[in-house]
Amino acid sequence: MTVFLVIIVLALLAVTGWQISKIFEMSKRPDADTSQIANDKDNKLNGILMLAFVIFLYVITIYCFWEYGRFYLPEAASEHGSEYDTLMFVSIALIMVVQVITQGLLHFFAFKYKGEKTKKALFFADNDKLEFVWTIIPVIVLAGLIIYGLFTWSDIMNVNTEEDPMIVEVYAYQFAWRARYAGEDNTLGKANVRFIEGVNQLGVDESDSYGKDDKIVTELHLPVDKPVLFKFRSQDVLHSAYFPFFRAQMNVVPGMITQFGFTPTITSEEMRQSEYMVEKVQSVNEERQERNEELIANGEPTLDPYEFEYFLLCNKICGQAHYNMQMKIVVESEKDFNAWLEEQPTFGSVMADQSKDVDRPEDTSGSESPASEGEEDAEGEDNTNEQSQESEAVAVVEKNN
Amino acid sequence: MSAIANAPAHDHHDDHGHHHKETFITKYIFSQDHKMIAKQYLITGLIMGVIGIAMSILFRIQLAWPEQSFWVFEALLGKWAPDGVMTPSIYLALVTIHGTIMVFFVLTAGLSGTFSNLLIPLQIGARDMASGFLNMVSYWLFFLSSVIMLSSLFVEAGPASAGWTIYPPLSALPQAIGGSGTGMTLWLVSMAIFIASSLLGSLNYIVTVINLRTKGMSMTRLPLTIWAFFVTAIIGVVSFPVLLSAALLLIMDRSFGTSFFLSDIFIQGEVLSHQGGSPVLFEHLFWFLGHPEVYIVILPALGITSEIIATNSRKPIFGYRAMVASILAIAFLSTIVWGHHMFVSGMNPFLGSVFTFTTLLIAIPSAVKAFNYITTLWKGNLQMNPGMLFSIGLVSTFITGGLTGIILGDSTLDINVHDTYFVVAHFHLVMGISALYGLFAGVYHWYPKMFGRMMNKNLGYIHFWVTAVGAYGVFFPMHFIGIAGLPRRYYTNTNFPYFDDYADVNVIITVAAIITAAVQLVFLYNFFGSIFFGKKAVQNPWKSNTLEWTTPVEHIHGNWPGAIPSVYRWAYDYSKTGENGDYVIKGQDFVPQTVPLQDKEEELNH
Repeated sequence: MTVFLVIIVLALLAVTGWQISKIFEMSKRPDADTSQIANDKDNKLNGILMLAFVIFLYVITIYCFWEYGRFYLPEAASEHGSEYDTLMFVSIALIMVVQVITQGLLHFFAFKYKGEKTKKALFFADNDKLEFVWTIIPVIVLAGLIIYGLFTWSDIMNVNTEEDPMIVEVYAYQFAWRARYAGEDNTLGKANVRFIEGVNQLGVDESDSYGKDDKIVTELHLPVDKPVLFKFRSQDVLHSAYFPFFRAQMNVVPGMITQFGFTPTITSEEMRQSEYMVEKVQSVNEERQERNEELIANGEPTLDPYEFEYFLLCNKICGQAHYNMQMKIVVESEKDFNAWLEEQPTFGSVMADQSKDVDRPEDTSGSESPASEGEEDAEGEDNTNEQSQESEAVAVVEKNN
Repeated sequence: MSAIANAPAHDHHDDHGHHHKETFITKYIFSQDHKMIAKQYLITGLIMGVIGIAMSILFRIQLAWPEQSFWVFEALLGKWAPDGVMTPSIYLALVTIHGTIMVFFVLTAGLSGTFSNLLIPLQIGARDMASGFLNMVSYWLFFLSSVIMLSSLFVEAGPASAGWTIYPPLSALPQAIGGSGTGMTLWLVSMAIFIASSLLGSLNYIVTVINLRTKGMSMTRLPLTIWAFFVTAIIGVVSFPVLLSAALLLIMDRSFGTSFFLSDIFIQGEVLSHQGGSPVLFEHLFWFLGHPEVYIVILPALGITSEIIATNSRKPIFGYRAMVASILAIAFLSTIVWGHHMFVSGMNPFLGSVFTFTTLLIAIPSAVKAFNYITTLWKGNLQMNPGMLFSIGLVSTFITGGLTGIILGDSTLDINVHDTYFVVAHFHLVMGISALYGLFAGVYHWYPKMFGRMMNKNLGYIHFWVTAVGAYGVFFPMHFIGIAGLPRRYYTNTNFPYFDDYADVNVIITVAAIITAAVQLVFLYNFFGSIFFGKKAVQNPWKSNTLEWTTPVEHIHGNWPGAIPSVYRWAYDYSKTGENGDYVIKGQDFVPQTVPLQDKEEELNH
C-alpha cells in the first residue's frame, strides 16, 4: 500500500513539474528561441563552464594528491620494491604532465572558440607534420617506459637461485592462508589435495622424506635481508597472494604451482617505528576512537587500538568471506626468526603424534592391520600419478624462469 | 563497387509505392525496420542501464557505511538483507551482475546496437540493413538474453557471483559460492544467446557497409561513425566466438564432468574427480574476448564523438585518414593485448613482457585520436549543444582514464595495483564513463532523427554538468585508495584496520555516485517526456553534412521517399571556403554530401 502511495505521489509530482514547465513555456515571449538548438547565449555559458570545469579538475587533482597522496604505501619493505616505486613515480609524473596539458588545452579551446553567429571556423583538415610529431612523441616516450619497465620486470620475476633463497610454500583455501617452511633441507615435500586427511590439512605426502622436516604454520615469519622464494598452492579456487608492503603479488591457482621471490628489507619493528607508520597508526586510531564513542553510546563492544603488522591478503574474488582472508606477516632478525622456527613442530612429528593418538584407543601395538595397509597401497598408487604431474608442473614453472 | 551496390537498392525502391499493411505488431514489436530496431535496442539498453546503475548504488552504500541497516536494502533485496543489512553473498552478486549488465547489455548492445542500426543504413545511403529479418532476430535474441539475465536475480541460491569475469573454479563449483548454482547456469545461457545476437548483428553491419553504400560513397568518404561501427563489428565477429567456446567448455565442466578448467580441488571435505585442467586457460579464453570487448564498447563511442565534434565545431574532423588508421590499429592491437589482464596469473613472465610491449603500443593510436579531437576544437565555432558537451566530456575522461592505463599496462607496475581500486577507477573512466558519454552524446544528437522531436537542451545541460562533476568525484579519488593497496570486490574493509582512514574517501565516493545517479533521472524524464511533448524537429537541426539529415523527419520504410541520393564529397566539408574567402555555398557554413562539387572547388584528397 505504501509503495502504491509513493508511486502516486511521484506520478503527481511529475505531472506538476510538467504543468509548471508548460506554464513557463506559455509565458515566454513569442519571439523567444524555442528551437532547443544551442544559441550564442548557451555557447557562452557552456564555454565559461568548460573553463570552470578544467579548474575544478585541477583543484581536485591537487586536493587528492595533497590529502590522499599520503595514502600511498610506506617505503617498500623489499629489495625490488624501491625499483618498483621509482618506476611508479616516474610514470605518475609523466602522466600527470600529459594530463594537465591535454585537459588544459581541451577545455581551454572549448572556452576560447565557443560559437558566435558572426564567427567563422577555420577549415583545417590535415597537417602531416603536426600529426607526425604527435605520433612520434608518444612512440619515443612509451619506448623509454617499455624498456625501463621490462628490465625491472625481468629483474623481479627471474628468481636468482644461486643465492639459494629460502623456500616457503604459501597455501590458500577458502578463507585462510597457511605457510609451509621447507625445513633443514630447504626442499618442500611433495603434496597434493588427495593426501588431505585429518591434521594433514595441506595434503603433504607422508611417504616423501623431504616432507618430514617441513613446518606448517598459520603466520608467516621472514628473516630480514634473506631472499625468499614463495611457492603458491591453492586447495579450491583461485586466490591471489597480495603483499602490498613488499610490492609483490601472485595468483594462487588450483592444480598448479606459481611462484614469486623477494627479499624483505625492513623488519616489522622498524616499520612500526618509521615516521610514516607512527603517523598512519595515529590517524587510524583517532578514526577508531571516534567510532568507539559512537559504539559506546549504542552500548556495543568497542574496537581495539590498532598496532601495525604486515599482512598478506587475498586479492582475487574467492567466495563469500573473500574480504577477510588474511595472514599476519612478521619480518624479524635472522636470530629471532630461527628461534621462532625452532619452536614450530615439524610435519613428521605432527603426523607421528596423530598416529599415536589414533593408535592408542585401538591398541594395535604399533603394527597395522593388513587390510588398512592394502588400502594405503592402493591410495599410494593413485598418488604417484599426481606426484609426477605435480613435479612436472613445478618443472615447467622453473623452466620458464 | 558502390555503383553495383546501388542497383538492387534501386529495385527495392521501385516496389516502394505499395507498402505492406503494417499492423501494430509488425511496426512496433516484430519490426524489421532498422530505425525501429535501433529504438528497441536503445530503450532495452536504457532499462538495463537503470538496473545496472541502481545495483552499483546499492553496493556503494554498503561500502560507505559497511554492515549498517538501510530500508532500501530490505525493500529491494528481501531475504538477502536480513534486518536491512546486506549479506556478503548478495554484495558479490550485485558486483557481478552490475559488471555484466553494464558491459554487455548497456554498452555493447545498448550503444553499438542502437547506433549501428540507426546510422549504418542512413549514413551510407541504404534503404535498410542487408537482412532486416536477421536484424529483427538479433534484437529479439538480445531481449531474450536480457530477460534470462534478469530472471537469474530471482533464483533460490542467488545470481552468479563470481565476478563478471566468472573465473573458474569459483564459477564452476556451487560448493564454493551459492551463486555458482542455477544462477551461474542462467548467466551462461543468457550470455550464449547474447553472443548469438551480437554475431547476427555484427555480420549484418559488415555486409551492409561493404555492399549497400550509395553511389559515390567510397570507403574514404564514409563518416567516421560508420568506420567505427564497421570495425567494431569485425572485432566482435573475431572475438565473441572465443567467449562462446569458453562458456561452452565451462558448461561442460559444470554439468558434464569434464576437466577443462579444473584440477586438484578439495572442497567441503571432498576431493573432486576433476584432473588436468587449468583455470589459466579460461583466463586466456575469457580475455581474448574480454579485452577486444573494451574496444567494442569504446570505438562506437569514439565514432559518434568524431561526428558530433566535427558538426558542432563547424570544422572538418582533423586528420580523417589518421583517425581511420587509428581505429584500424586499435582494432588490430586489441586482439593481441589480452595478457595484460594476467600478468600475475602464473603465466610465463616472458609472455608478460610481450603483452606489456603490445599494450603500450596501443597507447599510440589512442593518443593520436585524443590529439586530433583537441585540434578539431582549435579555431572552431563551437556550438555547445548537449551532444557536443558529452563529446568533449568523453575526450576528457578518455584521456584521464587512458593515461592510467600506462601504469596498468606495465607488467611491473601492475604487480602492486592489480585488482585494486586503481583498476576500478581506470576502466570505469576509460570505457565505462567514456562510453556512456558517447551513448548520451549520440542520443542527444540523433534524437530528432529517432523520434522527430527535440530533447530539452536546458535539462541536457543540467544532466551533463552534474554528471561530469559527479563522475570525476566518484572515480578520481578511487585511484588513491587503489594505489594505497585497497583490493576491489571486498564486502567491507573493516577487517583491516590499516584501511580505516580510507573510510571517509569511500563516503565521498558514494555520495558522488548517488548524486550522479540521481541526475540521470533528469535525462530519463527528458528522454521519455520529449518522445511525446518535445518540440517538433526540423529536418537538419544541427546543420550536418551526413546523409541521414536528407531524409524526411517522418519515418518511412526505405528511408528516402524518392531515389537514394548520390554522394559527391566526404562528410566533413564544414566552413569550407573558396579562393575568395566565401563559403562554398553562399551563406551556409556546411556542404552536405549530396551536393556536387561546385565550380572551381577543389576536392581534398582523402
